[in-house]
Amino acid sequence: MSDSANTVVVIGGGPAGIAAAACVAENGASTVLIDDNPRLGGQIWRSGGKIPQAKEAGHWLNRFMRSGAKLQCGTRIVDRLGTKSLLAESDRGIQRVDYSQLILATGARERLLPFPGWTIPNVVAAGGLQALVKGGAPIAGKRVAIAGSGPLLLAVATYLRLQGAVIVLIAEQAPWSRLVRFSAKLKSSPHKLWQAILMGVHLRGVRFKSSCWPIAARGESVLEQVEFQSKQGRFSVACDYLACGFGLIPNLELPRLIGCEVHNGFVAVDEWQQTSIDDVYCAGEPTGIGGIDSALCAGQIAGFATVGRKEEARGLFPARTRGKKFEETLAFTFALRPELRQLCQPETVVCRCEDVTYERLQPMTSWREAKLQTRCGMGACQGRTCGAVAEFLWHWQVASARPPVFPARVESLAGKTLTLEK
Amino acid sequence: MPNLIQVTINGQAVTVPGGITVAAAVLLSGKSGIHRSPSGALRGPVCGMGVCFECRVTVNGRAHVRSCLTTCEAGMEISADE
Repeated sequence: MSDSANTVVVIGGGPAGIAAAACVAENGASTVLIDDNPRLGGQIWRSGGKIPQAKEAGHWLNRFMRSGAKLQCGTRIVDRLGTKSLLAESDRGIQRVDYSQLILATGARERLLPFPGWTIPNVVAAGGLQALVKGGAPIAGKRVAIAGSGPLLLAVATYLRLQGAVIVLIAEQAPWSRLVRFSAKLKSSPHKLWQAILMGVHLRGVRFKSSCWPIAARGESVLEQVEFQSKQGRFSVACDYLACGFGLIPNLELPRLIGCEVHNGFVAVDEWQQTSIDDVYCAGEPTGIGGIDSALCAGQIAGFATVGRKEEARGLFPARTRGKKFEETLAFTFALRPELRQLCQPETVVCRCEDVTYERLQPMTSWREAKLQTRCGMGACQGRTCGAVAEFLWHWQVASARPPVFPARVESLAGKTLTLEK
Repeated sequence: MPNLIQVTINGQAVTVPGGITVAAAVLLSGKSGIHRSPSGALRGPVCGMGVCFECRVTVNGRAHVRSCLTTCEAGMEISADE
């Protein structure tokens, strides 16, 4: 049932995981990359649509394919089985995954924030809409408003426009002064893609507003219009979709399940990307939101470190230091404004899975109390969405990774018992 | 042209391009909301990456399948809330 205890297992098939797995496998070590998605690439290199993949993506995907690393898509880790062993689930059933070393490259998800009407169909995450369209959802001719914060908004707008969407507005909550400083810094950096995006190569004529954010979405059974707040006052925009995301937050469920220490919201790692647990490494967004270049760099360092190629790893340290600086610039530029904590009405749903409203949560004093008293965070997503909301709105400590990390089918959990009894 | 396959959505035959996700097929069929919350509110896909669980449908009799992570296959029977 288990493969081999001499295998380096990489969890997550985005840039960090791909780079890590390629570096490990190229050095002759048995390597398996496991990802929840049907295809390799993670969120940022997800294929689909009319845009050819970035050169860099093609380079790394080819390198991974030639490296000899095994790939297992459509597979999620649902629990750990003692030391150096995990329980995985897929359409094919359950599976025990043993590892000699583990590299966690679990990536990030979008931060969603509640406002009246955010649960109406066609109010979606920003990268979420891009992912849905890459999966084949129709977008040509649809009017899309894009809102929230971060460079992702511009990337999403660019992509959707090329697929035929009509971008009616891009609303960035950050102030113009910070965006100007940010783009000035980008000009002297190697982030070519973002430079192009910021120069508006594909966004000519699109209405862009800074210091602007959504305050209500309206529609009978589906989204019809969105009301925005800006310095000049309130205004409404008619649209078919609102694609709205307030930056990225790291996926810490699996690192926490394994016991990795988390500092200030990110997995703590040493110079080799090793976590507080021996033989468990972490790279990419779980260690800091820094984008592709940072993730590729840290992924390679983790990969080289697991196979003892410390000189190669060390050669990448200067690039990683630049990446860390960029993380700080991102965090400063797109820091969320306090007004975003005041958007909910009493009846606004905060926990989407269990329909728990703002007025029921407001009197609570902790995440634990909220869970016990209201079932907030106890639904299907296990607090993945509302946990980050609660952290932002009420500053509650939300660190809940209890197995199963994902809702697992009963047979998976029963299978775990069987495995352990053997 | 991508190859076309047929699936059924709530009993109705729908022809969709092969390789698209179940979420995309349901949206292509004209629906926006596909899952009902505990209080009965209709919800549509949100995160597109398997995190939010708002796009859950029943596929070939298996409930709570995240449609954004599932690729359509010929003959698939998809059942979404209405």
